[in-house]
Amino acid sequence: MRSSVIIFPGSNCDRDMDVALKKFGFKNQMVWHNDQSIPKSDLIVLPGGFSYGDYLRCGSIASKSKIIKSVIDFANSGGLVLGICNGFQILTETGLLNGILQQNKFLNFICSNVYVKVKDKQNKYFKDLKKDLLELHIAHNEGNYFCSDDELKSLEDNSQIAVTYCGVDGTENEATNPNGAIKNIAGIFNKNKNVLGMMPHPERMIDKYLSGEDGSLFFKNILDNFK
Amino acid sequence: MKIKVIVTLKNGVLDPQGKAIQQTLNGMNFGNVEDVRQGKYFEIEVKEKDEKKAKSLVDDMCKKLLANLVIEDYKIV
Repeated sequence: MRSSVIIFPGSNCDRDMDVALKKFGFKNQMVWHNDQSIPKSDLIVLPGGFSYGDYLRCGSIASKSKIIKSVIDFANSGGLVLGICNGFQILTETGLLNGILQQNKFLNFICSNVYVKVKDKQNKYFKDLKKDLLELHIAHNEGNYFCSDDELKSLEDNSQIAVTYCGVDGTENEATNPNGAIKNIAGIFNKNKNVLGMMPHPERMIDKYLSGEDGSLFFKNILDNFK
Repeated sequence: MKIKVIVTLKNGVLDPQGKAIQQTLNGMNFGNVEDVRQGKYFEIEVKEKDEKKAKSLVDDMCKKLLANLVIEDYKIV
């Protein structure tokens, strides 16, 4: 499976993502934001970081960069596009995903491990995933997902909510919501479920000695579903 | 021609920074501050002499980049 990771000025999880993808057998390439086109890919990843220093709004400047037109065309033709953290923010700013990531409710930068519940498995990312809860890592200042009531209803009706923050036992409530996101939303799909944006970093959970391995399950699952 | 734009969060959208500023002001004995909303202010120099045309250009900029209409309103002043 061929993948491309887009690098924006200020991206800082691009190389972690490269390491993770290659570890599980993706043929990954790095693509600079100012390039005209993306090499032939089965998966495009927008990595975490602080593209353009988070100027104006997180992800807003990156969402107008030269490469984005190719990303949008790829997504609209059904290609898999994964945005992690800042990548999720960029995807909402392009309009590929609904809503927006606002500043965390308590104005703090959060860096911690969290549990997320997989809410939908009828898609190429989570289909046949053995676990329902994943322990992943978050590190963000703007992860407070917000959308209009109509958009929320449409996300729920179409099963577009991908993952939600929860406790170790799966409880979803205010206590297990780190950043104030509505309905504890940590990640969503577009309507066709080929575009996934999420705040947690699976690429930081791929080593049993350093972190945990639930991120490994995530990447292996994408590969398994591609075969 | 210089066009000025103010972008603010829509009513009803949580503004945690505004809230923190309000609480700080209250703590500084500005007890009569009931609410603070924080926003952004832009001065845009447009190469255009016709004010109407300049404003219509800036309006387009607001919709496409300067404001995110999911949570923000803009006002050209």
